Amino acid sequence: MNLSVTKLAALNVRKDLRLEWRSRDVLNSMLFFALLVVVIFSFAFAPTREESRRLSGGLIWTAFLFSTTMALNQSWARELRNGVLDAYRVAPAPAESLFLGKCLGNFLLVLILECLMAPLFVLFYNLTAVGAYWQLIVICLLGTWALVVNGTFFAAMSIRTRNRELMLPLLLLPVSIPAVTAMVTATSNVFTGDSSALVQIKFLAVFCVVYTTISVLLFDTVLNAE
Amino acid sequence: MNLDLQPGRFYVLRGENGAGKSTLLRMIAGLSAPTSGSILIFGRKTREARDRMGYMAHVPLLYDELSGMENLRFFASLYGIESDAPLAEAMRRVGLDPELTRRIGQYSQGMRQRLSLARAIFHKPQLLLLDEPFSNVDPDSAAQIAGLLGEMRTAGNTILLVTHQLGLLAKMADEFLYLSAGAMIERSLTPQVTA
Repeated sequence: MNLSVTKLAALNVRKDLRLEWRSRDVLNSMLFFALLVVVIFSFAFAPTREESRRLSGGLIWTAFLFSTTMALNQSWARELRNGVLDAYRVAPAPAESLFLGKCLGNFLLVLILECLMAPLFVLFYNLTAVGAYWQLIVICLLGTWALVVNGTFFAAMSIRTRNRELMLPLLLLPVSIPAVTAMVTATSNVFTGDSSALVQIKFLAVFCVVYTTISVLLFDTVLNAE
Repeated sequence: MNLDLQPGRFYVLRGENGAGKSTLLRMIAGLSAPTSGSILIFGRKTREARDRMGYMAHVPLLYDELSGMENLRFFASLYGIESDAPLAEAMRRVGLDPELTRRIGQYSQGMRQRLSLARAIFHKPQLLLLDEPFSNVDPDSAAQIAGLLGEMRTAGNTILLVTHQLGLLAKMADEFLYLSAGAMIERSLTPQVTA
């Protein structure tokens, strides 16, 4: 049997993107939510350019954090319909391939959302980066992976609970506080140019490695838990 | 419960609603853990024998947004199968056209049921666990499925099947197991219950 984890993870990503392309459940709800946050905050605060730079980190990541939570819930709910997850559990494929596939699929969807929302943030908040703007790309990639890997793991844990929509933020947000703080500070630092974002970037990189490793190691237990 | 199934035999599991038939099948498939005791499949732990088992639940275990062949291709990859040939063969054996491009969300209940059976058999399992394979299926399709199960038994596969519809299987099955309140109360060679 040819059951390589990377190959199976890639097949899972392809399957998830195909399901999303055909249903557009996740992307539509994420986009709508993020758009609401951008527009409502923009009208509620009407910030000046200076204020926007200071607030941008918090604003951007609040929108992405809650949109990601929505996406994660729906991506696992899809596996529960028709009991599909059981078909995975009775197959000899390694559980980590499902986890990594889900993480990568969600990561790509959130990146698509971020690419679509970035011009709107710039437009509504009149944003220009004073610091090294290339760092925004690194912060974005690491921050998104940190949210997605934790979120995918905790969404899998809460998948069989009755109030899974409520359980996911309750589990995810406290664990993600260090990463979210680093993302917000780093993003604001790049926009204001007040100080370097390198310390936060390094912290995010370590956070991603540690939580990805822990999640991969524990996922089989989570998947097969009663 | 102490249950020993012999290779190459066709067992029908019967019992009232809530007797534990589906739970027993789920435990053998490795989806539920027994509160005590152990289950061995071909002398190995359930997890180690997953490639030799096929499981069909009373829900289809398929993605509504994919076509029949796309569904089978994805699940086949979980068994390391890359060729379409065994998948097309499984679809034909259950009476479905492998060229059908419709998403299975648009299939009838009976077609979904048959595709679910194709998903359970494409990797040629030696042990087949089937939970109500005849529900929502028209009489002709049910006869076709029963015929297919007969062929599999003749080929030496072990089949454990839960059903309330005995008519089709009365002559085909080797043994009838009767479950009540989680306990095996009778094993017999005929469908009649004496206990």
